Amino acid sequence: MAMLEIRDIHTYYGNIHALKGISVEVERGEIVTIIGANGAGKSTLLKTASGILRPRSGSIRLEGRELTRLAPHEVVREGIVQVPEGRRIFGRLTVLENLDMGAFTCSDRRRNAANLERVFTLFPRLKERSRQVAGTLSGGEQQMLAMGRALMANPKILLMDEPSMGLAPVLVDGIFETIRRLNEAGTTILLVEQNARMALQVARRGYVLQSGSILFSDAAAPLAENEMVRKAYLGEH
Amino acid sequence: MARLTRRKLTPTDIVMWTIGAILIALILWGSIATLARGAYSLDHWIDFTIFGLAQGSIYALIAMGYTMVYGVLRMINFAHSEVFMSGPYTAYYVAAYFYRSGLLEAHPVLSMTMVFLVSMAVSTLIAYLLEMIAYRPLRSAPRLVPLITAIGASFFLQYVFRGLYGSGFQAYPVIRALEGPMYIGPVRILKFQLLVIFAAALLMIALYQFTQRTRLGRALRSVSEDKEAAALMGVDVDRMISMTFMIGGAAAGAAGVLYAIMFKQVHFFMGFIPGLKAFTAAVLGGIGNIPGAMLGGIFLGLVESIGPSLFLDGLGITAPYQLKDAIAFTMLVLVLIFRPTGILGERLAVKKA
Repeated sequence: MAMLEIRDIHTYYGNIHALKGISVEVERGEIVTIIGANGAGKSTLLKTASGILRPRSGSIRLEGRELTRLAPHEVVREGIVQVPEGRRIFGRLTVLENLDMGAFTCSDRRRNAANLERVFTLFPRLKERSRQVAGTLSGGEQQMLAMGRALMANPKILLMDEPSMGLAPVLVDGIFETIRRLNEAGTTILLVEQNARMALQVARRGYVLQSGSILFSDAAAPLAENEMVRKAYLGEH
Repeated sequence: MARLTRRKLTPTDIVMWTIGAILIALILWGSIATLARGAYSLDHWIDFTIFGLAQGSIYALIAMGYTMVYGVLRMINFAHSEVFMSGPYTAYYVAAYFYRSGLLEAHPVLSMTMVFLVSMAVSTLIAYLLEMIAYRPLRSAPRLVPLITAIGASFFLQYVFRGLYGSGFQAYPVIRALEGPMYIGPVRILKFQLLVIFAAALLMIALYQFTQRTRLGRALRSVSEDKEAAALMGVDVDRMISMTFMIGGAAAGAAGVLYAIMFKQVHFFMGFIPGLKAFTAAVLGGIGNIPGAMLGGIFLGLVESIGPSLFLDGLGITAPYQLKDAIAFTMLVLVLIFRPTGILGERLAVKKA
């Protein structure tokens, strides 16, 4: 049984049918990516999985537990943690306070301290700036903070929404390198990306999403070779 | 990042700045004339200042509720005046009972603590219900809708309390232990004023420390920045909003008893003017900003108590104290013209840029 099972999800924005029966599975320890154009429903899918949007039908299960009707703050407690699109760090809080917010659901001090140590090892930059107000960080540092903050929540699975968005190419490599390292250390990741090339390099499997439906899915390597994918998402002709 | 863009000067700007300049000129002229006449002694000015501090502390404490609610919901809770009124008005009956039974005389500290607790509990409850019933169902409605509801709720509460307790003024029992002056060095201060200043300062410091140092306070700040991101961190946003209203309510309930101690009466309409003043204070300090609301409250209290004599006496206006409300709201206009974000409010400007 897959760790995360999203089955036949239908989500609406008002009258707009945004997700038309989507099913996605993620096995423990995998990186799975969802690629697709702007407006295909990638973010909608992650928002539905996090409980921000309520699906009209379908089910979301984590390790067999039904999470479909839970509110976002309850979903986090179950172990689905999202790094939202656009980072959404708390700009007026310090870096350390942001990380503490990540640990909001966990009151085990020793565990939080260990997590903090781990985040600082992963992103030494954050340690240097821990007393700084987060709004003053650069874009790349903010992305690190958003990831660090999510890691503080003890995720069973990390949902990442466009982590490379708006970052300089040099930083994008760093972010994907971090994703790979996180995964090697045991974190399961569901990655939504417009940068399909990079996403397919780190992922094991991928789904192609188009106007609210899964077009097809495959292992990452064959997907990267797929002619349709190459034309539509990798910009090759 | 805030970009510095030079806005073109419109005719409205010119009119506004002219009005502002005239007001400031009048204030300066009046102050100089008053001081030149020397109608007031130093003791007078000290009295004005202490009264202003006490009055201002009460405004500041009420302003906490406006500013915190604005912080999380970007909405002005105009029924906060009635949250302020409901506590001390209910607690009046407790105080009156203690007075009749002699407990107030025998154990003033114990009985006043009880009065405070009752007042804070009632105001907290009213604030909680207000949010649950009047505002929560409208959370996703256009911004004007909850504002109208707030005004409706305000009237509703006023008339409910009028129906419950009658429309007359009720005289709060006098607490003998708090009567008369005491001296701090050479400065003479009325005991109840000292209590008001001290209690308000204590509560505000506690509140500020709560938001800065505790886990829940941090969650509150994160909700006021980005509700969805806070929810993704596991914060129950609805609960935090409830809590914000309740904290504001408790502060208003405490402020209400302090107000009753200072002015010795309660009335179903007692919240209206202090509520507006506290709202002014919150805007003065920069709405959404807690230290700003404290500063704004104290500043407004001082201007209101020193201002009439200082600014107006020299202009030859008789009975200047009658005009203190005019002065308070003139301050609001001045701030809105010259510094719309308030004293400490840089954040609104940053948001817009």
